[in-house]
Amino acid sequence: MSPRPRIGSPLERARSAVGGLGDTVRDWWAQASRWQRWVVYLLLLLLAIAAPSPVIGSFMSPYTDWTSLLFNPIGTYILLAIGLNIVVGHAGLLDLGYVAFFAIGAYTLAYLGVKHGFTFWPTLILGMVLAAVSGVILGAPTLRLRGDYLAIVTLGFGEIVRITAINTNEIGGARGLTPVPHPPDLLGVEFLLDPLPYYYLVLAMIVLAIVFSLRLERSRVGRAWTAIREDEDAAELMGVPTFKFKLLAFAIGAMIGGLAGVVWSGKVIFIAPTNFPFILSATILAAVLLGGSGNMPGVIVGAFLIAWLPERFRGFADYRILVFGAALVIMMALRPQGLLPSRRRSAEMAEHSAGSAMGAEVADPGAAPVEVRK
Amino acid sequence: MLNDFIQQFGPSTVGGLVVGSIYALVALGYTMVYGVLRLINFAHSEIFMIGTFATLFVLSLVAPGPLSGLALVGMLVLLFVAAMAISGGAAVLLELLAYRPLRKRNAPRLAALISAIGASVFLQELFALVVIPDVFNRPGRIDAPVPRLLDRDTVFTVFGAEVKTDHLVIIISAVVMMVALDQLVVRTRIGRGIRATAQDPEAAVLMGVNIDTIVRLTFLLGGAMAGVAAVLYALEFENISFRIGFVLGIKAFTAAVLGGIGNIRGALVGGIALGLVENWGAIFFGSQWKDVIAFVILVVVLLFRPTGILGESLQRARA
Repeated sequence: MSPRPRIGSPLERARSAVGGLGDTVRDWWAQASRWQRWVVYLLLLLLAIAAPSPVIGSFMSPYTDWTSLLFNPIGTYILLAIGLNIVVGHAGLLDLGYVAFFAIGAYTLAYLGVKHGFTFWPTLILGMVLAAVSGVILGAPTLRLRGDYLAIVTLGFGEIVRITAINTNEIGGARGLTPVPHPPDLLGVEFLLDPLPYYYLVLAMIVLAIVFSLRLERSRVGRAWTAIREDEDAAELMGVPTFKFKLLAFAIGAMIGGLAGVVWSGKVIFIAPTNFPFILSATILAAVLLGGSGNMPGVIVGAFLIAWLPERFRGFADYRILVFGAALVIMMALRPQGLLPSRRRSAEMAEHSAGSAMGAEVADPGAAPVEVRK
Repeated sequence: MLNDFIQQFGPSTVGGLVVGSIYALVALGYTMVYGVLRLINFAHSEIFMIGTFATLFVLSLVAPGPLSGLALVGMLVLLFVAAMAISGGAAVLLELLAYRPLRKRNAPRLAALISAIGASVFLQELFALVVIPDVFNRPGRIDAPVPRLLDRDTVFTVFGAEVKTDHLVIIISAVVMMVALDQLVVRTRIGRGIRATAQDPEAAVLMGVNIDTIVRLTFLLGGAMAGVAAVLYALEFENISFRIGFVLGIKAFTAAVLGGIGNIRGALVGGIALGLVENWGAIFFGSQWKDVIAFVILVVVLLFRPTGILGESLQRARA
């Protein structure tokens, strides 16, 4: 499939220029053979393992410690984005309060570790379970509602969790909790101040989450999610129990968010409600959509860029958030489907499926006709 | 506890009506844009924030000091006009730059939402970094005080609640503005265009409605209402900052959903209801739980009445 020829405004040409590379890579990948794919997996893994080396670091991050950056925000954001991708990308549910699950995971370790002497690994499981349970508690009443209501309710939930943390003295209130326990020694490696072991820990979790998420995507569950995302009513009529699967997506997404929270808080020693602002939810959502929601490589690239670019350009200090905001607007105007959308998503876009597009969507008579690819 | 409630019921009710009117005015912008475009205009809270700074700008230019009588009315009209023009203009610009390119492309609504979040972040930072330091000569990230415009004299007392001049000004202005907007949408040709577009954009186009004009007008009207809300907010709380819009925006959107999104009268009902309930709830649980109460109420209402109190949709605003 060649890039579509474009005629028209400069905006249109800029769009196809941005999109061309991503589309080429995706199309090559779609017809790559099994061994080619394994080679790519292996190379990527090696790259990830070699990433903390100073050679890469001096270019990638001249201002701050590169290995610390790789753990947080880069690794943490990628893990969160993989989790949110299940909710937003696969099941098509808009979650604006994803940071709540991250907070629940982090507070599980902080509270149980500081006040009750729990260690890292049992709490990791517990944090994931707690986050998943809170996902079900939030989802059960709200997932029957329409998408936009879900957005505002999840946004509210994120704020509720944060405000509750501020107002509850038992978990430290506004002052936060410290010292959050580090993970115990593992295979002779100590988890202390050096960020390197933490990076490999989060990398291991990311690999696990990727494998888990990809297997899910290709299972019956994943197909059910796709059906729900594309047309919920039709899915229901075809016998897909949509509510059950939406709840499952919510719980699994929450679980990965909780996992990220526990892993993150295992390094930082001190956590406070200010670590979990709404803007973090928005940032992770932006990462998922910027990269190409529903497509694993896209989501990882998106999360990496969103985490890394502001740090790389610390030279601009104050202005980086301003630029981040403007970049989101421009990026969405140039390529609303994300940098690396999945093939299926691209097809959905081309058909501009009902329900997912904005209202008042009457085609502009001046615009190029929409091409339907079958 | 119950004694507390009875004692504080009057003042809380007045306080609830005041913030409720402001929520309602901001909610109008969310509800109209949602009705026409099915888009959560996340940056609407920043339109409100811009309005508060427009108010501060005019006040610091004129510096009238506390006013009363006809001078007060004149000053209020001046403030309203200025804030409505600036907020409305900003909203139209926002639509042109952030949403129109997406709309022309039939982009998914999620993309528009991200664009909205980006615009919101951008505008906040723009004010913190550029506008507040350069125009107002103040540190960008610190709250700015707004000079007092009207003395707060008790006009009358009802159920132990002192109703003061500022309360009356806010509630009356809000109601007048909302009635005016409602009449505009229900009675005029423009309003008919807006309702038609909300109902069925394709059919509206076939009937000769210019969608682009209607969308622009919707943003203009919503922005202007946010401007009115901004003037009232600045007068009442006398303290503004670049991040002022965030919580208020969430509350206003909650109010819009509560009343039935897309429904103009719903925004009024939802805003007042939200203001009252969170103030009453604060008597029992303490004011630090106000925001939590607001969201719990939202979830509960949506569970039992998923279309909000008055039901959805702009075209049935006639009710």
